[in-house]
Amino acid sequence: MDRHPHPDPNADPFVTSGNAGALDATTEIERSVEGAWAPVMHHTDEMPGHVGFWKRFRRNKVAVAAAIYLILLILAAIFASRIGLQDPDAQNISEINQRPSAAHWLGQDDLGRDVFARIIYGARVSLQAAFTAVALALVIAVPVGLFSGFVGGWIDLVLMRISDAIQVIPALVLALVISGVLGPSTTNVAIALAFVFTPGFVRLVRGQVLSVREETYVEASRSIGAKRGFIIRKRVLHNVASPLIVQAAVTAGFALLAEASLSFLGLGVQPPQASWGTMLSRAFAQVFQAGWLLWIPGSAIALTVLAFNLVGDGLRDALGAEGRN
Amino acid sequence: MTDANGATTPAAPPATPADGAAPLLRVRDLEKVFPIKKGLLRRTVAHVRAVDGVSFDIARGEVLGLVGESGSGKSTTGRLLLRLIEPTGGSIELEGKELRDLEGEDLRAVRRDMQMVFQDPYSSLDPLAPVADIVGEPFQVHFNMPRKERDEKVVKLLEQVGLSAQHLRRFPAEFSGGQRQRIAVARALALEPKLIVADEPVSALDMSTQSQVVNLLSDLRDRLGVALLFIAHDLSIVHHASDRIAVMYLGGIVEVGDADDVYSRPCHPYSEALISAAPVPDPEVERTRRRIVLEGDPPSPLDPPSGCRYHPRCAYAMDICSQVAPEPTPTLAGGEVACHLHTSGPTLAGRPLAEMSGVTIPEPG
Repeated sequence: MDRHPHPDPNADPFVTSGNAGALDATTEIERSVEGAWAPVMHHTDEMPGHVGFWKRFRRNKVAVAAAIYLILLILAAIFASRIGLQDPDAQNISEINQRPSAAHWLGQDDLGRDVFARIIYGARVSLQAAFTAVALALVIAVPVGLFSGFVGGWIDLVLMRISDAIQVIPALVLALVISGVLGPSTTNVAIALAFVFTPGFVRLVRGQVLSVREETYVEASRSIGAKRGFIIRKRVLHNVASPLIVQAAVTAGFALLAEASLSFLGLGVQPPQASWGTMLSRAFAQVFQAGWLLWIPGSAIALTVLAFNLVGDGLRDALGAEGRN
Repeated sequence: MTDANGATTPAAPPATPADGAAPLLRVRDLEKVFPIKKGLLRRTVAHVRAVDGVSFDIARGEVLGLVGESGSGKSTTGRLLLRLIEPTGGSIELEGKELRDLEGEDLRAVRRDMQMVFQDPYSSLDPLAPVADIVGEPFQVHFNMPRKERDEKVVKLLEQVGLSAQHLRRFPAEFSGGQRQRIAVARALALEPKLIVADEPVSALDMSTQSQVVNLLSDLRDRLGVALLFIAHDLSIVHHASDRIAVMYLGGIVEVGDADDVYSRPCHPYSEALISAAPVPDPEVERTRRRIVLEGDPPSPLDPPSGCRYHPRCAYAMDICSQVAPEPTPTLAGGEVACHLHTSGPTLAGRPLAEMSGVTIPEPG
């Protein structure tokens, strides 16, 4: 009986390695067709074209617009002192609560300060607080989540109950208490928010680890002889990364909002330093004299939080499809 | 070895390969018992004997087909060999070296000699890793090879399985199921293992791609001399690719023998039923042939039947079958079978079952 139905004595598809570079893709395939696996290569034309992450992300126009807005905002915040803005703290008592004009694009506040300059400088403080909070939370949460998910057992149980205990307290209330205890400052707001966000990230990472470690490709890595550290770094971590990036983007929006809330309540950034929360708080006191002043930091916060969420959504769609189709 | 009923367990045929040389892999009385835990205190309430006293040999460069229905323990057997799950009893010797004693670095080292191809090529490849990293992983893990050198080796491997250098930077999602399985085979070949355990390597694939992967595996055996444990539930697929076939039922091997003998002249009633279940490509034959349809589900391994485990479903069951577990006995064709039909009652004494049942297996076309 013939157990090997396709041997072809003339063509040897294994001996292509030496001159593979000289052949282009088509001849390579044609050679194989003549060789032992004639039916095999027909599948090549079924292969879907490679659709990369950027290509997919670019398709989502709203997310792209949101990303461009955020990038411009971040650049403006970083280079605030070099883009010809007026001094955000320079007061002009003779021109208070002025509506927007050519000289002051977004008007002047109750001390005659340029609102546009204060918005940009405020962005610096607000974004910095938000990013620091998220980064700090990630630095703590990723190793803890990986550890908890991989080790399991009672350590996992204890860590999860601790995170439950943190999560039952409403986020903003908890942040209020922490920054109240630590004392009002930009850094302390970031620390308070990081503390609030950490359990959510830990849970996300742990959940991903639990599902990824049951995947056959992790078992395949074990069968190859990979050490646990290699499996975590090369197989688990980057499969955890996609949902984490999405979550981080959305959380950054929430952090911005929370920072504004804390500053509004006087527990965050301290005057005269401009932040969107303090500007809102300041404008709130003037609500009957110059109500429109509320709209400017309010819109900035709303727009930016929205932008973070839209970018998060865009990332989710673009990253998600890269997994199994 | 005895089971819960005090009877000796069936099927420990230590069928040695024909050439008589020392086997590459020698498995004896392999056993895996899974505890079933329940309740708050996770108390063990029962045991599942997933693999219960399996013994076989694989010679260098030999293809052993391991067949059986779902739940027969064939995939568990494959994973036990690589110690992806820990055996609870028995021995596994690779080139005379007992694998069950190995820990840590020694275990990692021996894994170079044994590789696995998994059933589902959609989950056995990391979806976010390019082919270069997937196939190159063994080089990275064992030799910490720099990327350039690794990629060169990966291209050679890809060419061995009918892919090429242009696929190096692509991701698993861009390939068809058959191509993915080729990638998995390339990864398994990377370390030039002596044995590849292929756990149902084609059952997740289309019919059209199944034979390609089977042919690829047997071609690689011919070229590279790698031994293969080919696990499948479809005897007709294993039959073509294997030198010998072992048939598993409920955690034990019931028949081992030369692939053609087991396929065309089975000695065990279960082998006969399994072969009869496979469709025949000739519609004329398919309509008229006699099929053996097994009644009921396979019994639960939680509570295996007494005596011969197959007796509740066996068309030829005798009184003795429910009382005493049959010992493996040699067949005339040189294999082994664990069935009372060969030792008591209407004694077949190693002759094919067809001489008694009148069921003939149509020759494959």
